[in-house]
Amino acid sequence: MSNNRVTRRQFLNYTLTGVGGFMAAGMLMPMARFAVDPILQKKAGGDFVPTDKKASELSDTPVKVDFTFEQVDAWYKSKVTNTAWVYKDGDKIIALSPVCKHLGCTVNWDGNKDFKNEFYCPCHGGRYEKNGKNVAGTPPLGPLDEFEVKVKDGLLLIGKTRANTLV
Amino acid sequence: MLNKIYDWVDERLDITPIWRDIADHEVPEHVNPAHHFSAFVYCFGGLTFFVTVIQILSGMFLTMYYVPDIENAWKSVYYLQNEVAFGEIVRGMHHWGASLVIVMMFLHTLRVFFTGSYKKPRELNWIVGVLIFCVMLGLGFTGYLLPWDMKALFATKVGIQIAASVPFIGEAIKILLAGDSSIIGAQTLTRFFAIHVFFLPACLLALLAAHFIMIRRQGISGPL
Repeated sequence: MSNNRVTRRQFLNYTLTGVGGFMAAGMLMPMARFAVDPILQKKAGGDFVPTDKKASELSDTPVKVDFTFEQVDAWYKSKVTNTAWVYKDGDKIIALSPVCKHLGCTVNWDGNKDFKNEFYCPCHGGRYEKNGKNVAGTPPLGPLDEFEVKVKDGLLLIGKTRANTLV
Repeated sequence: MLNKIYDWVDERLDITPIWRDIADHEVPEHVNPAHHFSAFVYCFGGLTFFVTVIQILSGMFLTMYYVPDIENAWKSVYYLQNEVAFGEIVRGMHHWGASLVIVMMFLHTLRVFFTGSYKKPRELNWIVGVLIFCVMLGLGFTGYLLPWDMKALFATKVGIQIAASVPFIGEAIKILLAGDSSIIGAQTLTRFFAIHVFFLPACLLALLAAHFIMIRRQGISGPL
């Protein structure tokens, strides 16, 4: 008998640890996968939501456009109304999210008479230029998000938000 | 009668040493406020534990009425506070106790720091204490959402934004907490409830056990 052989004790240790490990993994794996499911779930691709705003009515001044869509939050379905600030830059239609990048309040175009032609957030005085660029020295650290837009039958359609592409 | 029952059990299970070990454990003079009044600073750890016990008990009773569902959460909190006898008191205990735990824990940390009690050989207990601090903050954060009012919703939105700002894994942490990549809603509330009521208290109890066993093992640090 060579001395390199696995002793009975070692053999038992290895097999019991291995079997125990499999049993523990078999118990924990379903729970872990269960918990992280929202991270791995695929999002349904960017659906465009119709608005009742005619594309021809838009000008180079941002206007508030409301749009309502069916939001599915797991087992809870509800109608949600969101808002976009929409204007025309030449021929291009721009739709900006009204959610302030500081703490999530709602910004308004020309919301403060001291800051003409800017988006203004009433909560902490955050300011943005017309293209959504945050004004340095005010609380927001980034530009306003942008909505994807489409025009169909002359009506404006609004899609998902994405990082601002204009700044 | 009670004595007889006790003796009957003790004869079989020898339970006296178990509680005697705690009851007869001597408190050193320098940490006993009865000897030196200034030693009351050594009570903050025990007070933190005392408030924690109140939190666990009041929380257990709150779940008799509370439901973690976005349609009914606020209504159930309103009901238990305004319609149920002593609801204001029980919810008040949990509400104010939550802040008090943080205050007491902070004072306890200051005492440990300024008496140098974290030094060798007690470094591990300091580390466990810091973990307890983190778990307590987590309990505060997750509990804050449960009444499902505007304050709770927006505090959680901000908190989740902060979590999402972690480099690389921020987005995953955000979804893991919120249960959805963009909505703070039904899944967020159930997740926060589960974390607040099961996951973090389980961690907390394990850490507290380690904290206390280490104190008994190492003894209270000597006088300054």
